[in-house]
Amino acid sequence: MNDRIKIVQNIMGANDQIASENRSKLLASNTFSINMMASPGAGKTSLIEQTIPQLKEKYNVAVVDGDIATSIDADRAAAAGATAVQINTGGECHLDAVMLKQALGKIDLPAMDLLIVENVGNLICPSSFQLGTHKSVLIASIPEGDDKPYKYPGMYRGVDVLIINKIDLMPYIPFKMDYFKKGVEILNPGLETFTVSCQTGEGIPGWISWLEEHIDQSKEK
Amino acid sequence: MHELAITENILEIALTHANKANAKNISAIYLVIGQFSSVLDESVQFYWDMISKDTIAQGAKLEFKRIPAMMSCKECGEQFSPNAIEYECPKCGSNSISILQGDEFFLEAIDIDKDE
Repeated sequence: MNDRIKIVQNIMGANDQIASENRSKLLASNTFSINMMASPGAGKTSLIEQTIPQLKEKYNVAVVDGDIATSIDADRAAAAGATAVQINTGGECHLDAVMLKQALGKIDLPAMDLLIVENVGNLICPSSFQLGTHKSVLIASIPEGDDKPYKYPGMYRGVDVLIINKIDLMPYIPFKMDYFKKGVEILNPGLETFTVSCQTGEGIPGWISWLEEHIDQSKEK
Repeated sequence: MHELAITENILEIALTHANKANAKNISAIYLVIGQFSSVLDESVQFYWDMISKDTIAQGAKLEFKRIPAMMSCKECGEQFSPNAIEYECPKCGSNSISILQGDEFFLEAIDIDKDE
């Protein structure tokens, strides 16, 4: 006897369930959290290095670093003044909610005001895996080219904040900002965007203000 | 590469529902995948053949239903499938667009065999 069973179940449901447990944990400890995603070399670690020194007088910051095999990024985050936890994904191209859950167990969350999760450098896989953080932040960079929203729509669809890094390289690279922003606007209307250079510090204050505002809001809850 | 994790999820969902229905085996699995979900059919099939081995889902046929992205212009109402390098309305050129479909990512149904 042959039967068809109708299911209609989200394939990522198991991951999303753990992600919502992570979220509850972060909410309970009043820790504002972000999932930082980008292609390799866009400037995730550089932005973290720019960010932490400007926050550490006022806030305790933890960084969870996803890397395929090394601890270079976590070491850089620790050197900048954060509590750093390394996750070696063992070849996996993304972090998932279970990996973050394990990392959260190693952090004194109630003592932390901000948690930055630095995902594995990749514009495809991380977009499928919710982690449970409050906001997803995508870092794009000028040398990557202006066609990325069109090539990686899944990533651009799912983020809450966009940072356009390496703006100091605009004079040297044929990057059509209008074309780039048009794709972003259609995929993710009204997306909060900061244009920065981690090299010159341009635009960083706006990003820091945004973070401070959200950290303070999480504290008040 | 994330297809391994995704394929494991598919197997788990399919086995859970098949066991609940007292299935002898699973003969087909129907997946619905929107254009904005980056999943390679061939890659899922490759992992499927490995991880479904020695389960009641071994040999099940994976049927991929691909849902193309569909957009609608908020200015003129035109509905269109975007091409790869432009998303604006092909009729009036507006950038004010809503996305109607393309985010789908779910397991729709399975076919099972029972004893009687």
